[in-house]
Amino acid sequence: MNIINIENVAKVYKVGSEEVHALRDISLRIDKNEYVAIMGPSGSGKSTLMNMLGCLDTPSSGKYEFTGSNVSQMTDNELAKIRNKEIGFVFQTFNLLPRSNALHNVELPLIYAGMHSTERKERAQEALESVGLGDRIHHKPNELSGGQRQRVAVARALVTRPSIILADEPTGNLDSKTGEEIMLLFNQIYEAGNTIILVTHEEYIAEHAARIIRIKDGLVESDEIVAKRYIPKVKVAN
Amino acid sequence: METIFLEIKEAMFIALRAIQANKVRSILTMLGIVIGVASVVLMTTAIKGIDNSFQKGMSALGSDILYVDKWAWFTNTDWWKMRNRRNMTMDEYNRFKDLVKLPSATAPTTTTRQVVKYQNKKVDGVFINGSTADYLKTTNFTFAQGRFYSDIEGKGSRYVAVLGSEIAKGLFPTENAIDKIIKLGGQNFRVVGVLDEQGSFILGSFNPDRQVFIPIGTIFKSFTSQSFGTITFNVKAPSPTLVEETKDEVESAMRKVRGLKFDEPNDFSINQQESLKANIDKIVGVIQIAGLFITGLSLFVGAIGIMNIMFVSVKERTKEIGVRKAIGAKRRTILGQFILESSFICLFGGLIGLLIAVLLSMAVNQVLPTSIQYDSVILAISISLITGVVAGFAPAYTAAKMDPVDALRYE
Repeated sequence: MNIINIENVAKVYKVGSEEVHALRDISLRIDKNEYVAIMGPSGSGKSTLMNMLGCLDTPSSGKYEFTGSNVSQMTDNELAKIRNKEIGFVFQTFNLLPRSNALHNVELPLIYAGMHSTERKERAQEALESVGLGDRIHHKPNELSGGQRQRVAVARALVTRPSIILADEPTGNLDSKTGEEIMLLFNQIYEAGNTIILVTHEEYIAEHAARIIRIKDGLVESDEIVAKRYIPKVKVAN
Repeated sequence: METIFLEIKEAMFIALRAIQANKVRSILTMLGIVIGVASVVLMTTAIKGIDNSFQKGMSALGSDILYVDKWAWFTNTDWWKMRNRRNMTMDEYNRFKDLVKLPSATAPTTTTRQVVKYQNKKVDGVFINGSTADYLKTTNFTFAQGRFYSDIEGKGSRYVAVLGSEIAKGLFPTENAIDKIIKLGGQNFRVVGVLDEQGSFILGSFNPDRQVFIPIGTIFKSFTSQSFGTITFNVKAPSPTLVEETKDEVESAMRKVRGLKFDEPNDFSINQQESLKANIDKIVGVIQIAGLFITGLSLFVGAIGIMNIMFVSVKERTKEIGVRKAIGAKRRTILGQFILESSFICLFGGLIGLLIAVLLSMAVNQVLPTSIQYDSVILAISISLITGVVAGFAPAYTAAKMDPVDALRYE
């Protein structure tokens, strides 16, 4: 089943009087339970594509269908709703709320979804347990290690049971061992039937995915299935 | 609907934590609102207090009493013109008294200031009121002990005295005052009565609580020459509805007594409590407007402070706003969050201001009997909430319309 269907999408920014073509003409489809890596050097339009896939931004032209509905025509509120229900973000810098504990951070998307307290707490607890942080729910971000923070962020992305997990350089701020742990976690999530889109510029990170899309100068340079996927084997330590 | 409720709850939670995280900053910001609200509450309370005391003082004087006097209480006439008027005398009073038919009572009064002593206790500068037994009818006095001096004592210019409550307290803190001999400016007087507490501070020396009442003839015998000072005629209208008619009759009687021709202006004044009230109302009005202006200004300055700090807060939390938007916060959610935050700061400020006002009003209460009313509490809370919403709106709006992509990229 098609989750994402992009046809001839372009994005033009105006910087002063100059027009910057961040995306020129991109078409791609992503199906359910795919594990896709989007790669490209900086300035390739990779970030713009990610923002668009995450419904944070809308294309200047072309069509973007997300689970069958046309995102290009949506209002701010509708976009917010899609982001809330259908997309789970994982950022390079974790982006947790510093003054809230792990549980509240994970609960937040459910609050915006209007879920009741009891159910919400249960779901958040469950999500934290699934990333191996069941015993850290009352810790604030500054009381957690980098890897643990990123796992809270993953739990926050998973808690709404979204259609896609969108991870932007999720290992960029982690040492390689902790990074591997996170990649192992992603692998588990993928194997549980989720769809993951991974944005990275590191070849060895991209190789965890099943499909690599390379972007250059606002165009799709290549789109291929990974012949020999790298499956992480590090044991997850709490 | 439920989503909105949840969002409000979340916003309250965020707001409280944001305030908690920046305690010093929030407290400094609150200061403007604290001062503003405290002054609003204190001002309304003080005005209420002045009003209450005035009402109380007025009812002691009685609203249906006319005071015929050489001097007008409030007037545009030049002071020197009134100074040149003839003094009012006892002879004139006796003729006047026979001419008027409407009044239910009339009494001539004069005053002098004397030291009052009893044994080793003394009170300085006491107003000694000299009148006749009918004076009592032109007041609403009630007695703690004894009675007013009688008609016989009055006409006979006896050395008898009725004490105002404060004077009695000063001279006889523990003893019974009745039949004690006190000294007024060196003369012995027998105390025949003590008044209940009557008036209020607002009347100053004219407060009956701080006066001593003796027969008018005794004043002339002992203290002032009859040919020297001027006296006032107190005239009681038969009923409050007949005050105007009584005033007309008093005026024509006085003109007759004075032998004024039809084209000559009155060389006396008829004073009334009404004019006193009108004047006090005018003063209170001015205080109110000035107070409103000053408190409005301090609230305005406070609101600017809040707005400023909210802009800083929005800027500081740009990334947080981006994250919240990325995970599904709508514009109105962000808007509500920041408006609630500024409302909370203001509400805290308002409550602290209210507390300060309550404490200060307890101190003020020693001089000006007053108490904080429920409506001032409601006023304080609503003013601070409105300030919070108004001051928070612009910063909150800036936050709400931020682009999530830019906000997330902000470092």
